[in-house]
Amino acid sequence: MKALSRVLMIIAALSLGLLFLFPMWKIYLEAPQYPEGLEMHIWVNQISGSSESVLQNFNILNHYIGMRPIHAESFAELKIMPYVVIFFMITGVIVGLVGTRKLVLAWVALLMVGGAVGILDFYLWLVRFGTNLDPTAPIKIPGMTYIPPLLGHKELLNFDALSLPSTGSLGILLAIVFAGIAFYVSRKKEVKEKITA
Amino acid sequence: METLISKFKKVAPKAALLMAVAAGAALQGCNKTGGDDSDKAVDSDAASAVYVAPGEHDELYSFLSGGFNGQMSVYGIPSGRLLKIIPVFSQFPENGYGYNEETKPMLQTSHGFVPWDDLHHPKLSRTDGMADGRWLFVNGNNTPRVARIDLKTFETVEIMEIPNSAGNHCSPYPTNNNEYVIAGTRFSVPLDMKGGTADVSMEEYKDKFRGSISFIKVDKEDGDMELDFQVLVPGFDYDLANGGKGPSNDWVFFTTYNTEKSATLKELGASQNDRDYLAAINWKLAAKYAAEGKAHEMPANYYHNKLDHGSFQAKSEVKKTVRYLLPEECPGMMYLLPAPKSPHGIDVDPTGEYMVVNGKLASSLPVFSFSKMEEAIKNKDFDGEVNGIPVFKYESVLYGEVKEPGLGPLHTEFDGKGNAYSTMFVSSEVVKWNVKDLKVTDRIPVYYSPGHLMIPGGDTEKPYGKYLVVMNKITKDRFLPTGPELMHSAQLIDISGEKMKMLLDFPTVAEPHYAQAIKADLVAPNSVKFHKLDENTHPEAVKNEKDVSVTRKGKTVTVKMTAIRSHLTPDNIEGIQVGDTVLFHVTNLEQDWDVPHGFAVMGANNAETLIMPGATQTLRWVPKQEGVFPFYCTDFCSALHQEMQGYVRVSPKGSNVPIKFRMGEKRPVPPATASVN
Repeated sequence: MKALSRVLMIIAALSLGLLFLFPMWKIYLEAPQYPEGLEMHIWVNQISGSSESVLQNFNILNHYIGMRPIHAESFAELKIMPYVVIFFMITGVIVGLVGTRKLVLAWVALLMVGGAVGILDFYLWLVRFGTNLDPTAPIKIPGMTYIPPLLGHKELLNFDALSLPSTGSLGILLAIVFAGIAFYVSRKKEVKEKITA
Repeated sequence: METLISKFKKVAPKAALLMAVAAGAALQGCNKTGGDDSDKAVDSDAASAVYVAPGEHDELYSFLSGGFNGQMSVYGIPSGRLLKIIPVFSQFPENGYGYNEETKPMLQTSHGFVPWDDLHHPKLSRTDGMADGRWLFVNGNNTPRVARIDLKTFETVEIMEIPNSAGNHCSPYPTNNNEYVIAGTRFSVPLDMKGGTADVSMEEYKDKFRGSISFIKVDKEDGDMELDFQVLVPGFDYDLANGGKGPSNDWVFFTTYNTEKSATLKELGASQNDRDYLAAINWKLAAKYAAEGKAHEMPANYYHNKLDHGSFQAKSEVKKTVRYLLPEECPGMMYLLPAPKSPHGIDVDPTGEYMVVNGKLASSLPVFSFSKMEEAIKNKDFDGEVNGIPVFKYESVLYGEVKEPGLGPLHTEFDGKGNAYSTMFVSSEVVKWNVKDLKVTDRIPVYYSPGHLMIPGGDTEKPYGKYLVVMNKITKDRFLPTGPELMHSAQLIDISGEKMKMLLDFPTVAEPHYAQAIKADLVAPNSVKFHKLDENTHPEAVKNEKDVSVTRKGKTVTVKMTAIRSHLTPDNIEGIQVGDTVLFHVTNLEQDWDVPHGFAVMGANNAETLIMPGATQTLRWVPKQEGVFPFYCTDFCSALHQEMQGYVRVSPKGSNVPIKFRMGEKRPVPPATASVN
């Protein structure tokens, strides 16, 4: 692999760093009584929101329908995921330095699998929160579950929930794109090298 | 022929009666038309000028004093919408101010707990001569006090008693950078020079009675007040004041009446001299004299009450001395300008050159010149002295007089375009006149008998000459009748053009005296939405439901309780006994805007207390009989607000029911609890 591909690969690895700077996913809630809206931000290592006390405010709303309170401590993922990301960053840089095409492919594939697992895990959490409701909840609507959307809009009682990937996820996308380009560019080079040889 | 005459004689009285009735009807009709005519004074586009669409905000905050309700009212301008009532000197059962343990000390004075006052004049704090939107200073007239309202929370955060004063009417006037807030006494009293008034006969008024002018220092950062010194002045009535600006920045001017020093039937006794005085004090020089050791010290006894914003608790400090200056020992500090009989308002124009004295009993409105005053000081152009204070010759300091401005001028404000606007109490109108040529240019009837008027920033260097609010003393027929007592009426007038235009009538709470207004964007962005729970330093605060407690110490039971949608923790309490003092320290765990919880107990000889998110408030309750007493949240907080209630069991004195409390049955997962990040 030539310098360009190596550099692209290293950029790919480093772009995962965005995950530590920005949330991966944002859930927006809107209701008549919340003109300023409520936002929950999901990071690789924490849950935050549009205000410091957003989790408390989510939980206050959720307790009427018997949803379990959301606490950052209850997600083992938030402790594991940062290491996974660091693992991908370090191995990505090594792959860039080593410069083996096959490793690039393997890295990208593993990253995509990792991303998919992450999204699946996220979805399972949403289902768990949305369906595993306290039977003694004050507000019970027969047949109603409250699974927030994974992507896009959903009406949940008086709330309009909107769920979208955020800047942090762009890090994964960029990593895949850059590594993909590195892979593609180096392929051409190798073809050329073969011809000239 | 005869028959015709006799017929006429018979008919004439009937005809006359008929005509009289017709004339009466016509006259009454006229009357009605008169009323309609006055309505035509309202401009056709008035509605759109004051219309603030639903969801939109007003352009300005205005702060109207409540007079005898001891509160401040906050209105939006131009809509005239009431936004808030701020309790200052009066207990306010609506939120527990002056009833709960935290705020009771705010109303402590050297006379004990005084739960009411007569709040007259609001003044916004200033930076470089302009209202800065940080604090609002207000006076208590009856039991002399000056209070400070923090405009981040719209709460009263400080109240200071003024010693050696009575009728603190001439108050509180900030200098252009809040160096001082100045407070003068309207009722001179015999000072015992030991912190109180002396036991003397009113016959001795002339010799024994004195006034005082207090100079309160304001901390630049946090606004805390401190009484720096007082100036003991002749025993007149000091009515109103205003600070200079620009060239007259270092001066404050005070109107006086009762220079006759009459002690009884003042309405006559104080109205004998054709001239009273406008007093001028150089506050910078006074401060210098005080700093340079000209000040004497005397024992005093006055309260200084401050609300701590971390713990929400007010604490009182009793001050035991006060420093004072005597004008006769401080040359150049104080002068007297002769002013027409019993003047009321004194208002300094935006340039700081003209001092307008509103002589309520005079036929003309005198305007004094600051530069002429300076000249007269230089030339020692005096006409005798009073208690060692030089008196100027009227002509040597007079700029001119506004001739026949109207009847009963009380107050004047300025639009920053060279015009002055004065209220005429007796002729019930606002009169516009030009400050330079002193000619009246417009007049508009107001309803009825105006006292103060206010132009936003009209008392500063740069008024916002778009609106004028006039506060009237008499309402009569302006609104639907509500029995003998009516809300006072204020009117909003457009002063952006040549002619004044009547825009709006709006009812005001109790009796507004003065008002202030400020562009909303100087205040709104700083408005606190809720208190951060982790910054709550109240000693009895509980920040987690797990930490609530009920403990007995002798006859006092301390309940540390939390409130969050939609339960109080604990909500079942036992072990209280008749005659105990129960202190409910309720912490509102909410961390969201506009989610206060209220707390009230059946039979408590107390008000409720309203707890803002993140704050702790304490309600004191002494149960008088055994039984079960419900308590509940009084502020509709959520869909399950009605369920936010609990019970206290009260047993007889000496009962062996132990202290016990709970909230809910044991559950695998507790309901929402606070989780402060």
